[in-house]
Amino acid sequence: MSTQLILFFVLAAIAIFSAISMLVSKNSVYSAMFLVLNFLTIAVIFLLLNAPFLAMVQVTIYAGAIMVLFLFVIMLLGADMAAKGKSLSWQPPIAVLLSGVLTLEFAFIFFYRQQDILPTIEAISETYGSPASIGKLLFNFYLLPFEVTSVLLLVAMVGAIILARRETA
Amino acid sequence: MTIPTNYLLTLSAVLFVLGVLGVLIRRNSIVMLMSIELMLNSANLAFITFARAFEAHTGQVLVFFVIAVAAAEVAIGLSLIVSIFRSRGSVDIDQISQLKG
Repeated sequence: MSTQLILFFVLAAIAIFSAISMLVSKNSVYSAMFLVLNFLTIAVIFLLLNAPFLAMVQVTIYAGAIMVLFLFVIMLLGADMAAKGKSLSWQPPIAVLLSGVLTLEFAFIFFYRQQDILPTIEAISETYGSPASIGKLLFNFYLLPFEVTSVLLLVAMVGAIILARRETA
Repeated sequence: MTIPTNYLLTLSAVLFVLGVLGVLIRRNSIVMLMSIELMLNSANLAFITFARAFEAHTGQVLVFFVIAVAAAEVAIGLSLIVSIFRSRGSVDIDQISQLKG
């Protein structure tokens, strides 16, 4: 087994563990911290997959900016209101069961029908995934979507300010 | 030797299903939003896996756009949660039933 594969299994174990911990944590601050751990492990997997630019974007935007926003709102709303009202008691077991079925379906397709969907990987060229080539694609062929993204972020900013603003008569 | 594509896709699928599970069983709307982030992230992982498998950069560029949209979505979602909390005093999804007939 190669070093890469061992590293991948360790990272996958951490990612799945942190995702499950995020789901079961009673305190939302812990949930957010486990989600940061998950994003960081995924960023390292991105590095293994020849995507260094996206690994850095993942760390700065996801684990940095987005999770700070989450933590800020959790703190703003006074950490945790424990759920008072009882929720539907039959729902969680069925949700877990159906999620298990969905996972098995995914695994079936990825392991037994892989010749239908996956190409065989030969050796990957040295320059694949370099930030320079991503940038060239982004600023040539995808220039218009890239510029539209800035409008999207502006709209989101204005919308967030309007929605979260206190009503003044 | 590289990591087999189907291992990566299975990890992505498992993370996606955990995100679905979070939306289904948690009642705290902030944690539900975090689960949606988890799902988006697992989709990104699948994008990058396929980008490597086909040796095409387009998948990686798309992930960049997905991250930008996720940032916008979180900003709007959290401000909605803040404004719902101001009017209802709770972030529990079960408490938000004003439109129920």
